[in-house]
Amino acid sequence: MNIIVCLKQVPDTETQISIAADGKSISTDNIKWVMNPYDEYAVEEALQIREKFGGEVTIVGVGPKRVTESIRTALAMGADKGILVDDPAIAGGDSLGTARVLNAVIKDLDYDIILCGKQGVDDDYGIVGSMLAEFLDIPQISIAVKLDISEDGSKVTVNREVEGGTFVIEAPLPALVTAQKGLNEPRYASLPGIMKAKKKPLDVKTIADLGLDAGSVGEAGAKIEIKEITLPKPRQAGKMVEGETPQEKAANLAKFLHEEAKVL
Amino acid sequence: MAQGIWIIAEQRKGDIRKISFELVSEGRRIADKIGQPLTAVLLGSNIKEKASELGKYGVDNVIVADDDRLATYTTDAYVSVVSQMAKEKEPAIILLGASVQGKDLSGRLAARLETTVAQDSVEFSIENNKLVAKRPIYAGKAYATITFKDNTTQIATARPNVFELNEPDDSRSFDIIDGEFSLDDSQLKTKVIDVIQEATGKADLTEAERIVSGGRGMKGPENYKVLDELADLINATVGASRSAVDAGWRPHSDQVGQTGKVVSPNLYIACGISGAIQHLAGMGTSKIIVAINKDPEAPIFQKADYGVVGDLFDVIPALTEEVKKVL
Repeated sequence: MNIIVCLKQVPDTETQISIAADGKSISTDNIKWVMNPYDEYAVEEALQIREKFGGEVTIVGVGPKRVTESIRTALAMGADKGILVDDPAIAGGDSLGTARVLNAVIKDLDYDIILCGKQGVDDDYGIVGSMLAEFLDIPQISIAVKLDISEDGSKVTVNREVEGGTFVIEAPLPALVTAQKGLNEPRYASLPGIMKAKKKPLDVKTIADLGLDAGSVGEAGAKIEIKEITLPKPRQAGKMVEGETPQEKAANLAKFLHEEAKVL
Repeated sequence: MAQGIWIIAEQRKGDIRKISFELVSEGRRIADKIGQPLTAVLLGSNIKEKASELGKYGVDNVIVADDDRLATYTTDAYVSVVSQMAKEKEPAIILLGASVQGKDLSGRLAARLETTVAQDSVEFSIENNKLVAKRPIYAGKAYATITFKDNTTQIATARPNVFELNEPDDSRSFDIIDGEFSLDDSQLKTKVIDVIQEATGKADLTEAERIVSGGRGMKGPENYKVLDELADLINATVGASRSAVDAGWRPHSDQVGQTGKVVSPNLYIACGISGAIQHLAGMGTSKIIVAINKDPEAPIFQKADYGVVGDLFDVIPALTEEVKKVL
Protein backbone atom coordinates (compact mmCIF):
# COMPACT_ATOMS: atom_id res chain seq x y z
CA MET A 1 0.00 0.00 0.00
CA ASN A 2 1.34 3.45 -0.87
CA ILE A 3 0.59 5.98 1.82
CA ILE A 4 1.22 9.71 1.56
CA VAL A 5 1.26 12.06 4.54
CA CYS A 6 1.14 15.85 4.13
CA LEU A 7 2.67 17.80 6.96
CA LYS A 8 3.55 21.32 7.96
CA GLN A 9 5.45 23.14 10.70
CA VAL A 10 3.89 25.45 13.24
CA PRO A 11 5.18 27.43 16.22
CA ASP A 12 5.28 25.34 19.39
CA THR A 13 2.03 25.79 21.33
CA GLU A 14 3.89 27.33 24.29
CA THR A 15 4.76 30.31 22.07
CA GLN A 16 3.59 33.74 23.16
CA ILE A 17 2.28 35.25 19.96
CA SER A 18 3.32 38.80 19.07
CA ILE A 19 2.58 40.89 16.02
CA ALA A 20 5.31 41.80 13.52
CA ALA A 21 6.09 45.44 12.76
CA ASP A 22 3.99 45.46 9.56
CA GLY A 23 0.88 44.57 11.58
CA LYS A 24 -0.03 41.90 9.03
CA SER A 25 1.90 38.89 10.26
CA ILE A 26 3.12 37.13 13.38
CA SER A 27 6.63 37.92 14.61
CA THR A 28 8.83 34.88 13.98
CA ASP A 29 11.64 35.84 16.36
CA ASN A 30 12.45 33.16 18.92
CA ILE A 31 9.91 30.70 17.60
CA LYS A 32 10.52 27.02 18.15
CA TRP A 33 9.12 25.27 15.06
CA VAL A 34 7.58 21.82 15.47
CA MET A 35 5.59 19.37 13.39
CA ASN A 36 1.93 20.42 13.47
CA PRO A 37 0.48 18.31 16.32
CA TYR A 38 -2.39 16.97 14.19
CA ASP A 39 0.08 15.86 11.52
CA GLU A 40 1.75 13.58 14.07
CA TYR A 41 -1.45 11.53 14.17
CA ALA A 42 -1.39 11.34 10.38
CA VAL A 43 2.23 10.09 10.37
CA GLU A 44 1.51 7.51 13.07
CA GLU A 45 -1.58 6.23 11.27
CA ALA A 46 0.42 5.89 8.06
CA LEU A 47 3.04 3.81 9.88
CA GLN A 48 0.37 1.58 11.40
CA ILE A 49 -1.23 1.04 7.98
CA ARG A 50 2.15 0.08 6.55
CA GLU A 51 2.72 -2.32 9.45
CA LYS A 52 -0.53 -4.04 8.55
CA PHE A 53 -0.45 -3.98 4.75
CA GLY A 54 3.19 -3.45 3.83
CA GLY A 55 4.17 -0.74 1.36
CA GLU A 56 5.71 2.68 1.61
CA VAL A 57 5.09 5.91 3.50
CA THR A 58 6.01 9.15 1.72
CA ILE A 59 6.01 12.48 3.57
CA VAL A 60 5.25 15.64 1.62
CA GLY A 61 5.92 19.10 3.01
CA VAL A 62 5.76 22.58 1.54
CA GLY A 63 8.70 24.97 2.31
CA PRO A 64 10.65 26.83 3.71
CA LYS A 65 13.88 24.95 4.30
CA ARG A 66 13.31 24.44 8.05
CA VAL A 67 10.39 22.13 7.22
CA THR A 68 13.11 19.60 6.35
CA GLU A 69 13.54 19.01 10.09
CA SER A 70 9.95 17.94 10.53
CA ILE A 71 10.12 15.70 7.48
CA ARG A 72 13.24 14.11 9.02
CA THR A 73 11.31 13.64 12.27
CA ALA A 74 8.64 11.74 10.36
CA LEU A 75 11.36 9.68 8.66
CA ALA A 76 12.84 9.00 12.09
CA MET A 77 9.43 7.79 13.28
CA GLY A 78 9.65 5.30 10.41
CA ALA A 79 8.46 6.87 7.17
CA ASP A 80 10.37 5.83 4.05
CA LYS A 81 10.98 8.98 2.08
CA GLY A 82 10.26 12.65 1.93
CA ILE A 83 9.57 15.40 -0.57
CA LEU A 84 9.90 19.10 0.24
CA VAL A 85 8.72 21.88 -2.05
CA ASP A 86 10.86 24.90 -1.32
CA ASP A 87 10.48 27.95 -3.54
CA PRO A 88 10.32 31.69 -2.80
CA ALA A 89 7.21 31.93 -5.00
CA ILE A 90 5.24 29.99 -2.39
CA ALA A 91 5.57 32.67 0.30
CA GLY A 92 2.43 34.51 1.32
CA GLY A 93 0.13 31.87 -0.14
CA ASP A 94 -3.28 30.85 1.11
CA SER A 95 -4.81 27.38 1.55
CA LEU A 96 -5.75 27.19 -2.14
CA GLY A 97 -2.13 27.85 -3.14
CA THR A 98 -0.82 25.19 -0.73
CA ALA A 99 -3.33 22.67 -2.08
CA ARG A 100 -2.23 23.48 -5.62
CA VAL A 101 1.41 22.80 -4.73
CA LEU A 102 0.58 19.52 -2.97
CA ASN A 103 -1.57 18.49 -5.91
CA ALA A 104 1.30 19.15 -8.31
CA VAL A 105 3.54 16.80 -6.28
CA ILE A 106 1.02 14.09 -5.55
CA LYS A 107 -0.94 13.75 -8.78
CA ASP A 108 1.94 11.92 -10.44
CA LEU A 109 2.62 9.60 -7.50
CA ASP A 110 1.09 6.19 -6.82
CA TYR A 111 -1.04 6.31 -3.70
CA ASP A 112 -3.80 4.36 -2.00
CA ILE A 113 -4.46 6.74 0.86
CA ILE A 114 -3.45 10.28 1.78
CA LEU A 115 -3.39 11.38 5.41
CA CYS A 116 -3.27 14.94 6.76
CA GLY A 117 -3.80 16.53 10.14
CA LYS A 118 -7.29 18.02 10.49
CA GLN A 119 -5.93 21.57 10.72
CA GLY A 120 -2.76 23.55 11.28
CA VAL A 121 -2.71 24.99 14.79
CA ASP A 122 -1.30 28.23 13.41
CA ASP A 123 -3.85 29.49 10.90
CA ASP A 124 -6.59 27.06 11.97
CA TYR A 125 -8.15 26.91 8.50
CA GLY A 126 -8.41 23.13 8.20
CA ILE A 127 -9.15 23.17 4.46
CA VAL A 128 -5.98 22.19 2.61
CA GLY A 129 -6.92 18.50 2.93
CA SER A 130 -10.35 18.92 1.34
CA MET A 131 -8.98 21.20 -1.37
CA LEU A 132 -6.28 18.65 -2.22
CA ALA A 133 -8.90 15.88 -2.36
CA GLU A 134 -10.96 18.03 -4.73
CA PHE A 135 -8.01 18.62 -7.08
CA LEU A 136 -7.11 14.92 -7.04
CA ASP A 137 -10.79 14.02 -7.49
CA ILE A 138 -10.80 11.57 -4.60
CA PRO A 139 -13.22 11.28 -1.66
CA GLN A 140 -12.39 12.98 1.63
CA ILE A 141 -13.29 12.09 5.19
CA SER A 142 -12.30 14.68 7.80
CA ILE A 143 -11.80 14.55 11.56
CA ALA A 144 -11.09 10.83 11.87
CA VAL A 145 -10.92 9.36 15.36
CA LYS A 146 -10.81 5.77 14.10
CA LEU A 147 -9.68 4.36 10.77
CA ASP A 148 -9.85 0.87 9.32
CA ILE A 149 -8.90 -0.33 5.87
CA SER A 150 -10.67 -3.41 4.57
CA GLU A 151 -8.63 -6.63 4.25
CA ASP A 152 -8.65 -6.39 0.46
CA GLY A 153 -7.39 -2.80 0.64
CA SER A 154 -10.27 -1.43 -1.40
CA LYS A 155 -12.02 0.79 1.10
CA VAL A 156 -11.58 2.77 4.28
CA THR A 157 -14.06 3.10 7.15
CA VAL A 158 -13.68 6.12 9.41
CA ASN A 159 -15.34 7.18 12.65
CA ARG A 160 -15.79 10.89 12.35
CA GLU A 161 -16.50 13.13 15.31
CA VAL A 162 -19.54 15.36 14.82
CA GLU A 163 -21.52 17.47 17.29
CA GLY A 164 -23.27 15.16 19.72
CA GLY A 165 -21.99 11.93 18.26
CA THR A 166 -20.07 10.04 15.61
CA PHE A 167 -20.69 9.35 11.93
CA VAL A 168 -19.26 6.13 10.55
CA ILE A 169 -18.31 6.79 6.95
CA GLU A 170 -17.02 4.49 4.26
CA ALA A 171 -15.19 5.46 1.09
CA PRO A 172 -13.41 3.56 -1.68
CA LEU A 173 -9.65 3.97 -1.91
CA PRO A 174 -7.85 6.06 -2.99
CA ALA A 175 -9.17 8.58 -0.49
CA LEU A 176 -7.93 11.40 1.74
CA VAL A 177 -8.51 11.33 5.50
CA THR A 178 -7.73 14.08 8.01
CA ALA A 179 -6.63 13.04 11.49
CA GLN A 180 -8.08 14.16 14.81
CA LYS A 181 -6.50 13.75 18.22
CA GLY A 182 -7.46 10.37 19.60
CA LEU A 183 -6.93 8.55 16.29
CA ASN A 184 -3.79 6.96 17.74
CA GLU A 185 -0.82 7.59 20.06
CA PRO A 186 2.08 8.89 17.94
CA ARG A 187 5.34 7.06 18.63
CA TYR A 188 8.54 8.87 19.57
CA ALA A 189 11.41 8.70 17.13
CA SER A 190 13.98 6.27 18.53
CA LEU A 191 17.71 6.96 18.41
CA PRO A 192 18.31 4.26 15.77
CA GLY A 193 15.34 5.77 13.88
CA ILE A 194 16.93 9.19 13.95
CA MET A 195 20.21 7.78 12.64
CA LYS A 196 18.47 5.86 9.84
CA ALA A 197 16.46 8.94 8.88
CA LYS A 198 19.60 10.83 7.88
CA LYS A 199 20.11 8.36 5.02
CA LYS A 200 16.52 8.17 3.79
CA PRO A 201 15.79 10.01 0.52
CA LEU A 202 14.46 13.55 0.83
CA ASP A 203 13.93 15.29 -2.51
CA VAL A 204 13.65 19.04 -2.72
CA LYS A 205 11.58 20.47 -5.56
CA THR A 206 10.88 23.92 -6.95
CA ILE A 207 7.77 25.29 -8.60
CA ALA A 208 9.46 24.95 -11.97
CA ASP A 209 10.22 21.26 -11.27
CA LEU A 210 6.49 20.73 -10.76
CA GLY A 211 5.45 22.63 -13.87
CA LEU A 212 3.47 25.08 -11.75
CA ASP A 213 2.82 28.64 -12.77
CA ALA A 214 4.22 31.01 -10.11
CA GLY A 215 1.09 33.15 -10.52
CA SER A 216 -1.09 30.36 -9.19
CA VAL A 217 0.69 30.00 -5.83
CA GLY A 218 2.05 32.20 -3.08
CA GLU A 219 0.97 35.78 -2.68
CA ALA A 220 0.43 36.12 -6.43
CA GLY A 221 -2.13 33.34 -6.49
CA ALA A 222 -3.80 34.08 -3.17
CA LYS A 223 -7.52 34.79 -3.08
CA ILE A 224 -7.46 36.58 0.24
CA GLU A 225 -5.40 39.39 1.65
CA ILE A 226 -4.66 40.05 5.26
CA LYS A 227 -5.67 43.54 6.35
CA GLU A 228 -4.28 43.21 9.86
CA ILE A 229 -3.39 40.83 12.64
CA THR A 230 -4.43 41.93 16.12
CA LEU A 231 -4.18 40.60 19.64
CA PRO A 232 -7.37 39.92 21.55
CA LYS A 233 -8.42 42.41 24.20
CA PRO A 234 -6.62 41.13 27.26
CA ARG A 235 -8.96 39.68 29.82
CA GLN A 236 -8.58 41.41 33.14
CA ALA A 237 -8.83 39.59 36.42
CA GLY A 238 -12.26 40.13 37.94
CA LYS A 239 -12.99 39.72 41.59
CA MET A 240 -12.17 37.08 44.13
CA VAL A 241 -15.33 35.88 45.84
CA GLU A 242 -15.16 36.34 49.62
CA GLY A 243 -16.50 34.06 52.32
CA GLU A 244 -15.48 32.37 55.56
CA THR A 245 -16.59 28.92 54.44
CA PRO A 246 -17.02 27.17 51.08
CA GLN A 247 -20.78 27.49 51.58
CA GLU A 248 -20.53 31.25 52.04
CA LYS A 249 -18.31 31.62 48.99
CA ALA A 250 -20.73 29.50 46.96
CA ALA A 251 -23.67 31.60 48.10
CA ASN A 252 -21.91 34.83 47.14
CA LEU A 253 -20.88 33.40 43.79
CA ALA A 254 -24.40 32.25 42.98
CA LYS A 255 -25.65 35.74 43.83
CA PHE A 256 -23.06 37.39 41.54
CA LEU A 257 -23.85 35.05 38.66
CA HIS A 258 -27.56 35.62 39.02
CA GLU A 259 -27.77 39.34 39.84
CA GLU A 260 -24.59 40.89 38.51
CA ALA A 261 -23.41 38.78 35.57
CA LYS A 262 -26.93 37.59 34.80
CA VAL A 263 -25.74 34.31 33.36
CA LEU A 264 -27.81 32.17 35.70
CA MET B 1 -21.63 40.35 -11.95
CA ALA B 2 -21.88 38.27 -8.78
CA GLN B 3 -24.88 39.26 -6.70
CA GLY B 4 -26.56 38.23 -3.53
CA ILE B 5 -25.71 36.51 -0.30
CA TRP B 6 -26.33 32.83 0.27
CA ILE B 7 -26.39 31.00 3.54
CA ILE B 8 -26.17 27.23 3.50
CA ALA B 9 -28.56 25.93 6.16
CA GLU B 10 -27.72 22.84 8.12
CA GLN B 11 -30.18 20.17 9.17
CA ARG B 12 -29.84 16.88 10.91
CA LYS B 13 -32.62 14.30 10.70
CA GLY B 14 -34.82 17.00 9.19
CA ASP B 15 -34.39 19.44 12.08
CA ILE B 16 -32.75 22.72 11.19
CA ARG B 17 -29.75 23.37 13.46
CA LYS B 18 -29.45 26.65 15.39
CA ILE B 19 -26.36 27.77 13.47
CA SER B 20 -28.61 28.15 10.40
CA PHE B 21 -30.68 30.82 12.16
CA GLU B 22 -27.51 32.58 13.27
CA LEU B 23 -26.38 32.60 9.62
CA VAL B 24 -29.70 34.03 8.43
CA SER B 25 -29.57 36.73 11.10
CA GLU B 26 -26.04 37.83 10.28
CA GLY B 27 -26.71 37.34 6.57
CA ARG B 28 -29.66 39.71 6.85
CA ARG B 29 -27.47 42.38 8.43
CA ILE B 30 -24.88 42.01 5.63
CA ALA B 31 -27.54 41.95 2.91
CA ASP B 32 -29.07 45.16 4.23
CA LYS B 33 -25.64 46.85 4.28
CA ILE B 34 -24.92 46.10 0.63
CA GLY B 35 -28.49 46.22 -0.62
CA GLN B 36 -28.51 42.71 -2.07
CA PRO B 37 -30.91 39.83 -1.52
CA LEU B 38 -30.40 37.11 1.08
CA THR B 39 -31.07 33.52 0.08
CA ALA B 40 -31.03 30.47 2.30
CA VAL B 41 -30.12 27.19 0.63
CA LEU B 42 -31.78 24.23 2.32
CA LEU B 43 -30.65 20.72 1.38
CA GLY B 44 -32.44 17.61 2.61
CA SER B 45 -35.19 15.14 1.89
CA ASN B 46 -38.86 16.08 2.29
CA ILE B 47 -37.52 19.28 3.74
CA LYS B 48 -39.57 21.96 1.96
CA GLU B 49 -41.95 22.62 4.86
CA LYS B 50 -38.99 23.62 7.03
CA ALA B 51 -38.23 26.55 4.75
CA SER B 52 -40.53 28.78 6.77
CA GLU B 53 -38.39 28.27 9.88
CA LEU B 54 -35.59 30.02 8.04
CA GLY B 55 -37.93 32.61 6.59
CA LYS B 56 -38.89 33.82 10.08
CA TYR B 57 -35.39 35.17 10.66
CA GLY B 58 -35.33 37.34 7.55
CA VAL B 59 -34.49 35.77 4.17
CA ASP B 60 -35.69 37.05 0.80
CA ASN B 61 -35.90 33.53 -0.58
CA VAL B 62 -35.16 29.93 0.20
CA ILE B 63 -33.77 27.59 -2.44
CA VAL B 64 -34.85 24.09 -1.51
CA ALA B 65 -32.73 21.22 -2.83
CA ASP B 66 -34.82 18.17 -2.07
CA ASP B 67 -33.56 14.65 -2.81
CA ASP B 68 -33.36 11.52 -0.71
CA ARG B 69 -29.61 11.47 -1.33
CA LEU B 70 -29.40 14.76 0.58
CA ALA B 71 -31.17 13.50 3.72
CA THR B 72 -27.88 13.00 5.58
CA TYR B 73 -24.85 15.16 4.83
CA THR B 74 -22.17 13.73 2.60
CA THR B 75 -19.40 15.87 1.18
CA ASP B 76 -19.88 14.58 -2.35
CA ALA B 77 -23.62 15.18 -2.64
CA TYR B 78 -23.68 18.55 -0.91
CA VAL B 79 -20.65 19.99 -2.72
CA SER B 80 -22.10 18.85 -6.04
CA VAL B 81 -25.50 20.44 -5.47
CA VAL B 82 -24.25 23.70 -3.94
CA SER B 83 -21.50 24.23 -6.52
CA GLN B 84 -23.84 23.55 -9.45
CA MET B 85 -26.34 26.07 -8.19
CA ALA B 86 -23.62 28.59 -7.26
CA LYS B 87 -22.03 28.39 -10.70
CA GLU B 88 -25.42 29.09 -12.24
CA LYS B 89 -26.62 31.86 -9.96
CA GLU B 90 -23.25 33.39 -8.99
CA PRO B 91 -23.80 34.65 -5.43
CA ALA B 92 -21.24 37.22 -4.29
CA ILE B 93 -21.01 35.79 -0.76
CA ILE B 94 -21.68 32.28 0.56
CA LEU B 95 -21.89 31.78 4.33
CA LEU B 96 -21.86 28.42 6.08
CA GLY B 97 -21.66 27.46 9.74
CA ALA B 98 -18.21 26.69 11.15
CA SER B 99 -19.67 23.42 12.35
CA VAL B 100 -18.14 20.04 11.54
CA GLN B 101 -20.33 19.85 8.42
CA GLY B 102 -19.78 23.45 7.39
CA LYS B 103 -16.01 23.26 7.71
CA ASP B 104 -15.93 19.99 5.77
CA LEU B 105 -18.08 21.41 2.96
CA SER B 106 -16.54 24.89 2.77
CA GLY B 107 -13.04 23.81 1.72
CA ARG B 108 -14.15 21.47 -1.04
CA LEU B 109 -16.75 23.95 -2.29
CA ALA B 110 -14.14 26.71 -2.37
CA ALA B 111 -11.67 24.56 -4.31
CA ARG B 112 -14.39 23.68 -6.81
CA LEU B 113 -15.18 27.37 -7.25
CA GLU B 114 -11.45 28.29 -7.29
CA THR B 115 -11.57 30.43 -4.21
CA THR B 116 -10.86 30.01 -0.51
CA VAL B 117 -12.69 30.33 2.83
CA ALA B 118 -12.63 32.81 5.71
CA GLN B 119 -12.97 29.87 8.09
CA ASP B 120 -14.43 30.17 11.60
CA SER B 121 -15.15 33.91 11.43
CA VAL B 122 -16.35 35.73 14.52
CA GLU B 123 -17.08 39.12 12.98
CA PHE B 124 -18.12 40.37 9.54
CA SER B 125 -18.13 43.84 8.05
CA ILE B 126 -18.34 45.38 4.59
CA GLU B 127 -15.72 47.59 2.94
CA ASN B 128 -16.01 48.72 -0.68
CA ASN B 129 -18.90 46.30 -1.06
CA LYS B 130 -16.62 43.39 -0.13
CA LEU B 131 -16.86 41.06 2.83
CA VAL B 132 -14.29 41.62 5.56
CA ALA B 133 -13.97 38.76 8.05
CA LYS B 134 -12.24 38.61 11.41
CA ARG B 135 -11.16 35.16 12.45
CA PRO B 136 -9.14 33.70 15.30
CA ILE B 137 -5.72 32.19 14.60
CA TYR B 138 -3.36 30.31 16.95
CA ALA B 139 -6.50 29.08 18.73
CA GLY B 140 -7.52 32.66 19.44
CA LYS B 141 -4.17 33.98 20.67
CA ALA B 142 -4.47 36.42 17.76
CA TYR B 143 -7.06 37.53 15.20
CA ALA B 144 -6.65 37.95 11.45
CA THR B 145 -8.85 40.42 9.59
CA ILE B 146 -9.01 39.34 5.97
CA THR B 147 -10.80 40.23 2.77
CA PHE B 148 -11.08 38.70 -0.68
CA LYS B 149 -9.21 39.81 -3.75
CA ASP B 150 -10.62 40.57 -7.19
CA ASN B 151 -13.99 39.09 -8.04
CA THR B 152 -13.51 35.78 -6.36
CA THR B 153 -16.56 34.21 -4.70
CA GLN B 154 -16.40 35.14 -1.04
CA ILE B 155 -16.94 32.07 1.12
CA ALA B 156 -16.91 32.23 4.91
CA THR B 157 -17.92 30.03 7.81
CA ALA B 158 -19.38 31.58 10.95
CA ARG B 159 -18.44 30.29 14.41
CA PRO B 160 -21.50 28.91 16.24
CA ASN B 161 -22.94 30.80 19.20
CA VAL B 162 -21.33 34.12 18.27
CA PHE B 163 -23.77 35.96 15.99
CA GLU B 164 -26.95 37.41 17.49
CA LEU B 165 -30.22 35.91 16.40
CA ASN B 166 -32.81 38.27 14.93
CA GLU B 167 -36.29 38.32 16.42
CA PRO B 168 -38.20 35.58 14.58
CA ASP B 169 -41.21 37.07 12.84
CA ASP B 170 -43.88 34.85 11.30
CA SER B 171 -45.18 37.67 9.18
CA ARG B 172 -41.98 38.04 7.15
CA SER B 173 -42.59 37.06 3.54
CA PHE B 174 -40.15 35.24 1.30
CA ASP B 175 -40.17 33.11 -1.85
CA ILE B 176 -39.48 29.41 -2.07
CA ILE B 177 -37.53 28.30 -5.11
CA ASP B 178 -37.02 24.69 -6.18
CA GLY B 179 -33.29 24.20 -6.60
CA GLU B 180 -32.10 22.91 -9.97
CA PHE B 181 -29.33 20.36 -9.90
CA SER B 182 -28.51 16.89 -11.10
CA LEU B 183 -26.89 14.24 -8.95
CA ASP B 184 -25.10 11.32 -10.49
CA ASP B 185 -24.81 8.31 -8.19
CA SER B 186 -21.35 7.56 -9.56
CA GLN B 187 -20.10 10.86 -8.08
CA LEU B 188 -21.30 9.95 -4.61
CA LYS B 189 -18.37 7.99 -3.25
CA THR B 190 -18.66 8.42 0.52
CA LYS B 191 -21.41 6.57 2.39
CA VAL B 192 -22.61 7.16 5.93
CA ILE B 193 -23.03 3.64 7.24
CA ASP B 194 -23.90 4.46 10.86
CA VAL B 195 -24.69 7.41 13.09
CA ILE B 196 -23.80 6.96 16.75
CA GLN B 197 -25.61 9.42 18.96
CA GLU B 198 -23.93 10.49 22.22
CA ALA B 199 -26.12 9.78 25.22
CA THR B 200 -25.80 13.10 27.02
CA GLY B 201 -28.41 15.07 25.12
CA LYS B 202 -26.43 18.20 25.93
CA ALA B 203 -25.20 20.70 23.39
CA ASP B 204 -21.79 20.05 21.84
CA LEU B 205 -19.06 22.01 23.63
CA THR B 206 -18.48 24.18 20.56
CA GLU B 207 -22.14 25.23 20.62
CA ALA B 208 -22.89 25.18 24.36
CA GLU B 209 -24.04 28.30 26.15
CA ARG B 210 -22.88 27.01 29.52
CA ILE B 211 -19.91 24.80 30.31
CA VAL B 212 -18.64 23.30 33.57
CA SER B 213 -15.12 22.03 33.08
CA GLY B 214 -12.82 19.89 35.22
CA GLY B 215 -9.03 19.67 35.22
CA ARG B 216 -6.24 17.99 37.12
CA GLY B 217 -7.82 19.07 40.40
CA MET B 218 -10.63 16.58 39.79
CA LYS B 219 -8.19 13.84 40.85
CA GLY B 220 -9.91 11.05 38.96
CA PRO B 221 -12.66 10.10 36.49
CA GLU B 222 -15.16 9.05 39.15
CA ASN B 223 -15.23 12.58 40.58
CA TYR B 224 -16.80 14.15 37.53
CA LYS B 225 -20.22 13.24 38.87
CA VAL B 226 -19.78 16.22 41.19
CA LEU B 227 -19.74 18.41 38.08
CA ASP B 228 -22.60 16.49 36.45
CA GLU B 229 -25.05 17.51 39.16
CA LEU B 230 -24.32 21.20 38.70
CA ALA B 231 -24.19 20.84 34.92
CA ASP B 232 -27.57 19.09 34.76
CA LEU B 233 -29.11 21.75 36.97
CA ILE B 234 -28.00 24.65 34.76
CA ASN B 235 -28.14 22.73 31.46
CA ALA B 236 -24.40 22.99 30.95
CA THR B 237 -22.13 20.68 28.98
CA VAL B 238 -19.20 19.17 30.88
CA GLY B 239 -15.71 19.81 29.50
CA ALA B 240 -12.16 18.91 30.53
CA SER B 241 -8.63 20.25 30.39
CA ARG B 242 -5.84 18.47 28.55
CA SER B 243 -4.43 17.07 31.85
CA ALA B 244 -7.65 15.25 32.55
CA VAL B 245 -7.88 13.90 28.99
CA ASP B 246 -4.24 12.81 28.86
CA ALA B 247 -4.74 11.05 32.22
CA GLY B 248 -7.52 9.07 30.54
CA TRP B 249 -10.22 10.46 32.85
CA ARG B 250 -12.29 12.02 30.04
CA PRO B 251 -12.56 11.42 26.29
CA HIS B 252 -10.70 13.69 23.90
CA SER B 253 -14.00 15.02 22.57
CA ASP B 254 -14.42 16.74 25.98
CA GLN B 255 -11.11 18.60 25.80
CA VAL B 256 -11.22 22.38 25.72
CA GLY B 257 -8.07 24.07 24.54
CA GLN B 258 -5.66 24.71 21.70
CA THR B 259 -5.48 21.04 20.70
CA GLY B 260 -9.07 20.39 21.74
CA LYS B 261 -12.21 22.39 21.19
CA VAL B 262 -12.51 26.15 21.11
CA VAL B 263 -15.66 27.22 22.94
CA SER B 264 -17.60 30.47 23.29
CA PRO B 265 -20.23 30.02 26.02
CA ASN B 266 -21.94 32.69 28.09
CA LEU B 267 -20.68 30.96 31.23
CA TYR B 268 -17.55 28.85 31.73
CA ILE B 269 -16.92 27.37 35.18
CA ALA B 270 -13.35 26.02 35.46
CA CYS B 271 -12.90 23.57 38.33
CA GLY B 272 -9.44 22.48 39.39
CA ILE B 273 -7.94 23.91 36.20
CA SER B 274 -4.73 25.89 36.61
CA GLY B 275 -5.07 27.92 33.42
CA ALA B 276 -2.27 26.99 31.02
CA ILE B 277 -2.17 29.32 28.00
CA GLN B 278 -3.27 26.49 25.71
CA HIS B 279 -6.40 26.00 27.83
CA LEU B 280 -7.08 29.73 27.89
CA ALA B 281 -6.78 29.75 24.11
CA GLY B 282 -9.74 27.41 24.01
CA MET B 283 -12.11 29.28 26.34
CA GLY B 284 -10.81 32.86 26.44
CA THR B 285 -13.82 34.29 24.58
CA SER B 286 -16.32 32.99 27.13
CA LYS B 287 -18.56 35.82 28.25
CA ILE B 288 -18.14 35.06 31.97
CA ILE B 289 -15.37 32.89 33.40
CA VAL B 290 -15.58 31.46 36.92
CA ALA B 291 -12.54 29.71 38.38
CA ILE B 292 -12.51 27.43 41.41
CA ASN B 293 -9.10 26.28 42.53
CA LYS B 294 -7.31 25.43 45.78
CA ASP B 295 -4.21 27.34 44.67
CA PRO B 296 -4.53 31.11 45.03
CA GLU B 297 -1.61 31.52 42.60
CA ALA B 298 -3.26 29.57 39.79
CA PRO B 299 -2.86 31.59 36.56
CA ILE B 300 -6.52 31.13 35.74
CA PHE B 301 -7.45 33.69 38.41
CA GLN B 302 -5.79 36.34 36.22
CA LYS B 303 -8.40 35.76 33.55
CA ALA B 304 -11.50 34.86 35.56
CA ASP B 305 -14.34 37.28 36.17
CA TYR B 306 -15.09 35.53 39.46
CA GLY B 307 -12.50 33.53 41.37
CA VAL B 308 -13.06 31.24 44.32
CA VAL B 309 -10.08 29.91 46.24
CA GLY B 310 -11.25 26.67 47.74
CA ASP B 311 -11.62 22.94 47.41
CA LEU B 312 -13.88 22.25 44.45
CA PHE B 313 -15.27 19.18 46.24
CA ASP B 314 -16.70 21.57 48.88
CA VAL B 315 -17.48 24.53 46.65
CA ILE B 316 -19.23 22.81 43.73
CA PRO B 317 -21.81 20.87 45.79
CA ALA B 318 -22.42 24.04 47.81
CA LEU B 319 -22.78 26.03 44.59
CA THR B 320 -25.26 23.48 43.25
CA GLU B 321 -27.42 24.00 46.36
CA GLU B 322 -27.13 27.79 46.20
CA VAL B 323 -27.99 27.90 42.50
CA LYS B 324 -31.14 25.86 43.16
CA LYS B 325 -32.21 28.69 45.46
CA VAL B 326 -31.72 31.50 42.95
CA LEU B 327 -33.14 29.75 39.90
